[in-house]
Amino acid sequence: MALLQLSEPGESPDPHQQRLAVGIDLGTTNSLVATIRHAVPECLAGDGCGIILPSVVRYQKDGSTIVGQAALAAQTIDPRNTIASVKRLMGRGLADADAGMRGRYDLVDTGDMVRINTVAGQRTPVEVSSEILRVLRERAEASLGDELVGAVITVPAYFDDAQRQATKDAARLAGLNVLRLLNEPTAAAIAYGLDEGAEGIYAVYDLGGGTFDFSILRLSRGVFEVMATSGDSSLGGDDFDEALAAWLHKKASGVDLDCSKSRALLVEARRVKEALTLSAECVARVPVAADGIKDVTITLGEFHELTQALVERTLQPVRKALRDAALKVADIQAVVLVGGATRMPHVRSAVAKMFGREPYTDIDPDKVVAIGAAIQANVLAGNRRPGEDWLLLDVIPLSLGLEMMGGLTEKIIPRNSTIPVSKAQDFTTYKDGQSAMAIHVVQGERELVQDCRSLARFELRGIPPMPAGGARIRVTFQVDADGLLSVSAREQTTGVESHVTVKPSYGLSDDEITGMLKAGFEHAAEDMQARALREQQVEAERLIEAARQALIEDAGLLSSNEQAGIEAAIKRLGELNLGNDHLAIKAGIDALSASTGELAARRMDKAIRQALTGNRIDALPL
Amino acid sequence: MAVTLSEAAARHINKFLAKRGKGIGIRLGVKTSGCSGMAYKLEYADAAETDDLVFESQGLKVMVDPKSLPYLDGTELDFAREGLNEGFKFNNPNVKDACGCGESFNV
Repeated sequence: MALLQLSEPGESPDPHQQRLAVGIDLGTTNSLVATIRHAVPECLAGDGCGIILPSVVRYQKDGSTIVGQAALAAQTIDPRNTIASVKRLMGRGLADADAGMRGRYDLVDTGDMVRINTVAGQRTPVEVSSEILRVLRERAEASLGDELVGAVITVPAYFDDAQRQATKDAARLAGLNVLRLLNEPTAAAIAYGLDEGAEGIYAVYDLGGGTFDFSILRLSRGVFEVMATSGDSSLGGDDFDEALAAWLHKKASGVDLDCSKSRALLVEARRVKEALTLSAECVARVPVAADGIKDVTITLGEFHELTQALVERTLQPVRKALRDAALKVADIQAVVLVGGATRMPHVRSAVAKMFGREPYTDIDPDKVVAIGAAIQANVLAGNRRPGEDWLLLDVIPLSLGLEMMGGLTEKIIPRNSTIPVSKAQDFTTYKDGQSAMAIHVVQGERELVQDCRSLARFELRGIPPMPAGGARIRVTFQVDADGLLSVSAREQTTGVESHVTVKPSYGLSDDEITGMLKAGFEHAAEDMQARALREQQVEAERLIEAARQALIEDAGLLSSNEQAGIEAAIKRLGELNLGNDHLAIKAGIDALSASTGELAARRMDKAIRQALTGNRIDALPL
Repeated sequence: MAVTLSEAAARHINKFLAKRGKGIGIRLGVKTSGCSGMAYKLEYADAAETDDLVFESQGLKVMVDPKSLPYLDGTELDFAREGLNEGFKFNNPNVKDACGCGESFNV
């Protein structure tokens, strides 16, 4: 017996029609999965653990993995093989990898995306992330009792194309169909229903476990535009724990602790920090030397004093973002708080003071991003209400362009263009007889190529010999709904063409991805052709059968001329159907449909007359 | 003629109504679709329709339209957990057979 869900009035799904989709907050420190159940959003809990899955993956010798709380606990005993904060490495080469991550793990330079040496072999950040996503997918499927149609996965607003592509690859590897990637601050705004409300400018203050992100969004005509982002990638709730632990340690003894005691101290500091969001005073049970525990009383005031500097550090990026967007605090209509660390009262009051208004805190700040993603996923999966047809658009965070002669950038798609978007521009040759053109795709706002991020390079060859300026080469940039880029170049007179579908300067080569994914992908193109043909053949067979049947039953409704016309169309379609041209079959289907239109109408009239004759109107079947 | 709620069903309905922020109760019904005849309707109710039969069970209002009532008479709505999955179950004495998944049924 299937378990049923409550629906909104008039929206009970037909059997087997519920389309299950989830939102995933793939965080640096923690990850969550949420969905819409009983018409309300909720985060899904794992078996025997809470809703929060620590974003930690431990690799073991036999190749197996442990994800989440158990991996987090193993961090101190097996630090090299227990990967935390892998999000910091997504889409990154060794040269631009986070310095902290370089110290903590054995990173390998492979020319493109960095790899991590573990006891189970080298792993890419994409693979590590996919382990986290796989656990969340399995959790969702177990909770919802069926397979998922797809997922919306959130990414930081500042993620570039390479980082977004890496996140998408990780999802595919985890067996998830990505409905789209969504900016984290946008997801938070959706969770609060800001997209349904007034146009305006909103700020999202996201203080997570290990990172701080601040974003300013402008909502206009249902589109969220990221006006500015800023933050501090090494500032989060963990820093408050550490500051508190250091203070407690000094108060209690000041004697050096061993590794496991330090860990215990940090756990206790975290408990105290959380207790102080609810009460003004707390007794900490501080581990001292080998055998002891010492009670230390700490007041809310003391805690605030010793961490006030950290709160102040978050306000600098806030001011910078406001400056970048040329806004005053008075321009901000609402501030949304995201991240567990924003539960601390002095963080809330600092934000309130900065903006001169109370921030939104109704939704659990740990869950708000996942909930916004779930709401969006539900709409994208097709579970929208009648009349509800919004499709939230996002914008690209950085301009996309080309390298021109002399190392200058030419922007093709300016930043903050709403996606999906496609733009083309014509270029020409520089030298007489030039037969090839190198195309270098870059991302960024700077004028010189060397200051922008290089995304891809490819060549257009086979340009016919012409004087300089004679060739017309159209370069088309296309960004899909996930913010992913494909670029093509076409010489207009001869039609020679060349293109890249995002070959970001990182990461898995196409071969590697193909190898890791199921073999079915390899033949996708042929399969698609075969499928198109087969679909038309099936439809043709169905139509021929139906037409023949109608002629047998109701030939009397037709003149002999009409009947001959239909028979000819049937014969012609039968012949076409032996071939393998799906477009020709389609044309034959259309022809037969057209010739049987009149017969169908007459049959319908006859059937209705028969059904109505001798029946009272109220006795008809529903 | 009556339909009732189990204690667990009522507790969860109250919780979901509170989360949703509005609604005076729930509506049960049947519709004629599905792979084995009928399918259940299980919805929030924001108002009673003119012809509705309104039952009280466990302190909650349960609306049923008169056409659905013969199919549902005697039904107890229950809430069940199967592993991580959870949801509502119709314990309906009128059901003769259901499709394999139980999402639709015949009387």
